[in-house]
Amino acid sequence: MLISLDHITKTYTGDTGPIVAVDDVSVSVEAGEFVAVVGPSGCGKTTLLLVAGGLLRPEDGEVNLDGTDPYSLSGEQRARFRAEQIGFVFQQFHLVPYLNVLDNVMAPALVTGETSARERAETLVERFGLTVRLGHRPGQLSTGERQRVALARALLNEPRVILADEPTGNLDGDNSEQVLQALKAFTDEGGAVLLVTHDPDAVAFAGRQVMLQGGQLAQSVS
Amino acid sequence: MKISRLVVQEIAHRFVNFVLAVIGVSIAVACLVASVTMIDAGEIQSRKLVAEGKTESERLVAKREQEVKDAGKKLNDEMRKITKGLGFNIVVLAEDEDIAAFHAEGTPTRTMPQEYVDRLAKSPIVVINHLLPIVTKKVEWAEEKQTIVLTGTRGEVPQAHRDPKKPLLDLVPKGKVVLGYRLHHPRKLKPGSKLTINGRELEVVKCHPERGSVDDVTAWVNLEEAQQMLGMQNLVNAILALECNCATVDRIAEIRGEIAKVLPGTQILERGRKALARAEARNKAKKTADASLEAARTSGKQMIASRKANADEMIASRKAQANVLVPLAVVGSFAWIVLLAVGNARQRRGEIGILRAIGMGSRDVLVLFLGKALLVGLAGGGIGYIVGYLVGTGYSGPIEQSLFDVNWLLTALLMAPALSAAATWLPALVAAGQDPAVVLQEQ
Repeated sequence: MLISLDHITKTYTGDTGPIVAVDDVSVSVEAGEFVAVVGPSGCGKTTLLLVAGGLLRPEDGEVNLDGTDPYSLSGEQRARFRAEQIGFVFQQFHLVPYLNVLDNVMAPALVTGETSARERAETLVERFGLTVRLGHRPGQLSTGERQRVALARALLNEPRVILADEPTGNLDGDNSEQVLQALKAFTDEGGAVLLVTHDPDAVAFAGRQVMLQGGQLAQSVS
Repeated sequence: MKISRLVVQEIAHRFVNFVLAVIGVSIAVACLVASVTMIDAGEIQSRKLVAEGKTESERLVAKREQEVKDAGKKLNDEMRKITKGLGFNIVVLAEDEDIAAFHAEGTPTRTMPQEYVDRLAKSPIVVINHLLPIVTKKVEWAEEKQTIVLTGTRGEVPQAHRDPKKPLLDLVPKGKVVLGYRLHHPRKLKPGSKLTINGRELEVVKCHPERGSVDDVTAWVNLEEAQQMLGMQNLVNAILALECNCATVDRIAEIRGEIAKVLPGTQILERGRKALARAEARNKAKKTADASLEAARTSGKQMIASRKANADEMIASRKAQANVLVPLAVVGSFAWIVLLAVGNARQRRGEIGILRAIGMGSRDVLVLFLGKALLVGLAGGGIGYIVGYLVGTGYSGPIEQSLFDVNWLLTALLMAPALSAAATWLPALVAAGQDPAVVLQEQ
């Protein structure tokens, strides 16, 4: 089991009192499995993803990623763990605006300090058809290209898990297809993908879908 | 990729923010360096002013000393002339001269060899000077039927061991005569007039004003002619001299002892009041000269003190300005950098969020901000030093000495990054501590 979220509960403090974003949800993802989390806006999908990524500590429940509970680590250790074990892809891409394509892809290597990162980054850039854009900054790229850069960045440190939050939300059909294919390829190589999405095409790529409603697990369909 | 590349890339991307921060640091450093440079310049100028004042004072004192020396010399000369008018105060008389008769008659009656004066002049004697041999005798002026004193003189005999001095009495040339008041006035004689004294024709060269003494009935002629007229060839009956202003307890005894070694048996008389008057006049002249010199020295000291006080006032004024300006500039610069750093941290919130999400630790985020702050400080320190140095030297006016101080350059290059880093510290801590989950959810 690469991703194990067991009875997770996460509550936010709102103006009118506590808001339960995720309520006793358990989800697990095996190696080579592509799981889509679906549900209406505000149902707790992104919160569940951040909890799974070691970014948001739950009030209750256990998180286990490839045998490690990230919340048992110190802040610096957890950051390094994220860098080495998890790839993130977001709807807004979150690229560093002043770095070119190659440097953005290499950003996770800032933490690991690997000397072979450049070679891997160039391979990924080539794989995602961005070689001609190598020296360009995010502002000079199309949205599809930006998401491919973000995808390449997520894959740089060869993680076991990819957590993707609406990665196709801003993309046209072709670009969505490319991204989803890449994620599928990642699972084919033994990785695990937890994808948060509203996109039915994206759901179609997933081997299993988990539906949330009001912060609770409503349905799990293979 | 290293964090340093991220720092440099971010600076290039947000260059205006970087330039504004550098300007802030530069202003603080420039104020400090300009103030220090102006104070240093003031101290150099002060030392120069004081040194110049000292030199000028020394020059003035030296000038005054020379003036006093010249005036003293002139006064001395005047005194010698006055003394000449008063007459010599040392009289060397022959061994057999009856001093009582000399006082009664007013003129000596005995003679001594003329060679005595040469012997005295060649001796190393120092207690007297201005040796003047005379032959004098009261005679009847046959042509005018009047008793006169006929005095022959040859002028001063130079002393061998001293520099020749100006003769006290002019030499009366042969065939000439100098007349006392009671001799020329009744006869209306003037320089150029001719007259005959006991058969010898003479031309008047000088007529003395009334002195109220035996001089008024004296006729001065050339020594050799007088000796012939009086039948006293190669003889003199007095050697007149001036004593030196040597302050000893028993002046006349010392003079007598010295002369006795050269001319044993001769008799020495001192005309006291004249000698004292002369000595007192000289002492007074010396006191006046010393007072004048002291006044010059005091004036010089006052000038130096005044210049130093002015320079100290200037330095104090510059220090007072610096004491206000530098802290203001540093505090202002600090606040400015804090504002820019806060703005920068807010601007980079999303970027920091994702970098934290993909594994960057909070310490790395701190390094990102502080690395930039150090570069801002280094650039600001360097630029501020140059600007401050130029402003400081420009404001201070021309200085011969270089005001460049490597210690202040190093201080600027160390303190400016420290200031910049300190100002950035809090915003950097906030940025490093922000929760990536919150940032990502917001966006």
